[in-house]
Amino acid sequence: MTVKTSIPEPELLSAGHLACQGCGATLAMRYALKGLGKETVLVTPACCWTILAGPAPRLSVGVPLLHCPFATAAATASGLKAGLVAQGDEKTQVVVWAGDGGTFDIGLQALSGAADRNEDILYVCYDNEAYMNTGIQRSGGTPQKAWTMTTQGQKGSERPKKDIDSILEAHHIPYIATVTPGYPEDMVRKFKKARGIKGFRFIRVLSPCPPGWKHDSSATVDLSKLAVQTGSFALYEIENGDFRLNTKLAKRKPVGEYLSKQGRFRHLSEDDVKEMQATVDAAWEKYEKRG
Amino acid sequence: MKKVLMGNHAAAIGVKLARTDVVSAYPITPQTQIIEMLNDLDESGEFGGRFIKVESEHSAMAACLGSATAGARSFTATSSQGLAYMHEMLHWVAGARLPIVMCDVNRAMGAPWILWTDQTDSLSQRDTGWMQFYCSSNQEILDSVLMAYRVAEEVLLPAMVVYDGFTLSHTYEPVDVPDQKLVDKFLPKLKNEYALRADKAEAFSALPSPKEYYRLRARMDHDMGRALKVFEEAGKTFEELFGRRYELIEPYRCEDADTILVVSGAPASTARVAVDQLRKEGCRAGLLKMRAFRPFPAQALRDFVRPGMRLAVVDRNYSQGHHGIFCEEMKSALYSLEKPPEVYGFIAGLGGGDITPELLSEIWRDTDEGRADAAAPNWMEDAR
Amino acid sequence: MPRLAFDPEKTPPILISGKSMSENKTGIWRSIRPKIDMDKCTHCMVCWKFCPEACVDLSSGDPQIDMGYCKGCAICADVCPVDCVEMVEEESR
Repeated sequence: MTVKTSIPEPELLSAGHLACQGCGATLAMRYALKGLGKETVLVTPACCWTILAGPAPRLSVGVPLLHCPFATAAATASGLKAGLVAQGDEKTQVVVWAGDGGTFDIGLQALSGAADRNEDILYVCYDNEAYMNTGIQRSGGTPQKAWTMTTQGQKGSERPKKDIDSILEAHHIPYIATVTPGYPEDMVRKFKKARGIKGFRFIRVLSPCPPGWKHDSSATVDLSKLAVQTGSFALYEIENGDFRLNTKLAKRKPVGEYLSKQGRFRHLSEDDVKEMQATVDAAWEKYEKRG
Repeated sequence: MKKVLMGNHAAAIGVKLARTDVVSAYPITPQTQIIEMLNDLDESGEFGGRFIKVESEHSAMAACLGSATAGARSFTATSSQGLAYMHEMLHWVAGARLPIVMCDVNRAMGAPWILWTDQTDSLSQRDTGWMQFYCSSNQEILDSVLMAYRVAEEVLLPAMVVYDGFTLSHTYEPVDVPDQKLVDKFLPKLKNEYALRADKAEAFSALPSPKEYYRLRARMDHDMGRALKVFEEAGKTFEELFGRRYELIEPYRCEDADTILVVSGAPASTARVAVDQLRKEGCRAGLLKMRAFRPFPAQALRDFVRPGMRLAVVDRNYSQGHHGIFCEEMKSALYSLEKPPEVYGFIAGLGGGDITPELLSEIWRDTDEGRADAAAPNWMEDAR
Repeated sequence: MPRLAFDPEKTPPILISGKSMSENKTGIWRSIRPKIDMDKCTHCMVCWKFCPEACVDLSSGDPQIDMGYCKGCAICADVCPVDCVEMVEEESR
């Protein structure tokens, strides 16, 4: 009996991988590979996926994967693409698969360089909003007020989350998109679409992390959806500078619904939540103005 | 065909003749003209590969990591701070066993800012697993790029072609540019059986066990050792095709010499002048030029020396708190001999100061006449 | 003396990882296990869709969770629109 599924059935992620229970980054990889298919090569800097991909001699994905040092993902991928082309392989899609630390922080220079050169690669950042693989330290992707091992005071993280998408947009690249595993169909669609575009493409995946966000492993999909439904995380695409909001919400749920389910925001006061609601409202106003 | 070329252009022509697939580089003095020329060749269509103009040296080597993993012949060039910035990547690509070739145009390390040559930049990369070959002329630079690829691709280790900033990089010398057909014979298209293939789901550089890692490193050392022999064989083939011979160490007028200057890089050419002059004055002077630093040609050195010999090692480099680096390597290689020669260390020309024939003669005399300190480095300067 | 005994020529220069992780049975991580009430199941396959282990098998037409891999994250129970997945205590091993 064949079952009709809303996303492609073939799996390029194999069971037996080493992710924590309820890992959002694993779901992200699963959907990304469904959208990309074979003829894809992954380039992975230091991040959770260094471990999830498997220790030697094993591999948890059905495509080749090149591990590279932390700061180098975009540059390594640029070289890999050039090397494949030199071998006569024009069609293989080279995909960077990096965490937020490797994207927002240590890998930013190489990322900017590759985007500036408009390298023909797809750069994916699975953004779990802190250095999770080393045990939850603050990164440039950590939201304001969030607890991490390096922002343990009453205020949590003092600085707002770095707007990496705008940084990428300033590089005049053909495609930028945001996705999150609560919306697999949207993810698969965007990865398919990105594959068909030439030049430098950037996709950021908001990726819930049960140990890092301090939520139950069962809540990963729920939180991913709540991030979108509260407007805390907007699903959009920017094609050649043309901005399109993918979800027009008639009424956004209160941000508190998203925050209260995460232990990393447990210390927030009512005023804190109000402040964060105001930040989301302001951001949302901008999105709606842009389209 | 004979051409008058600056060292940097000799290097770039070598890279083109090697039919390099991917060049990835970032500007830094005194290396910049290599990549400027490769860029010109790229824009005119003469360079058949891809030139990636990266945003840093760290990324330059990262791009080489990517391209070489795909089995493409890959090249970069740098100097000084740029090389130091690459340091992490040097370890990585060596461990990944990628036969990348790089020119390091020696420039002293800051602080303070300094533009001129010394070898502390390249020698600081001693333990990265890169081979290092030091050049003394522009002809040798071009030829060494070809030799480096040949050896690197045979033993699957990256190779650094090292030469003096300005002294060679910016100085014009006559260079015999080899015929492309002969180069193709010497250097056929790279076929790396360990290259990544898009249709094979395999991961590269995934975490091994300590036991596996230990064996990988032992294998690496085995191949480093093998490179000595591969270099000698490649040198013979090179001579058959191009009429020039390159060896790991090169003695000059050493047959009856008791006191021998040991020099690398451009000062090795200057030292010939010094030795010739000393010989005219009736001194039994000799010169030993060091071409290979890694792998270190320890056995060749042990075979070369005789009891009672005095070696005056001239280092344009320094390991703070200890000694000149070639000197220390020399001492450690000869220590196991029953009657090792006397080894004296001289520090000269750090930061680009001239190493003149007169200074080298003084070093030789100090050694020969017993005025040199055997235990500590002798800091030398041409007083004129 | 404890010398390293190996033939370098027989040790490959790099370690290429081509074996599947599927030999790694992660089911032993589990402390709770999903139980599907097939009478209530509507075959919407949302549990398959959201499984981070990709270990829900659809080939029989019914969702079958491979307990060899299921880590017991309980996402399937959370996302099931008809609440037909119940998490029960794992029996002691």
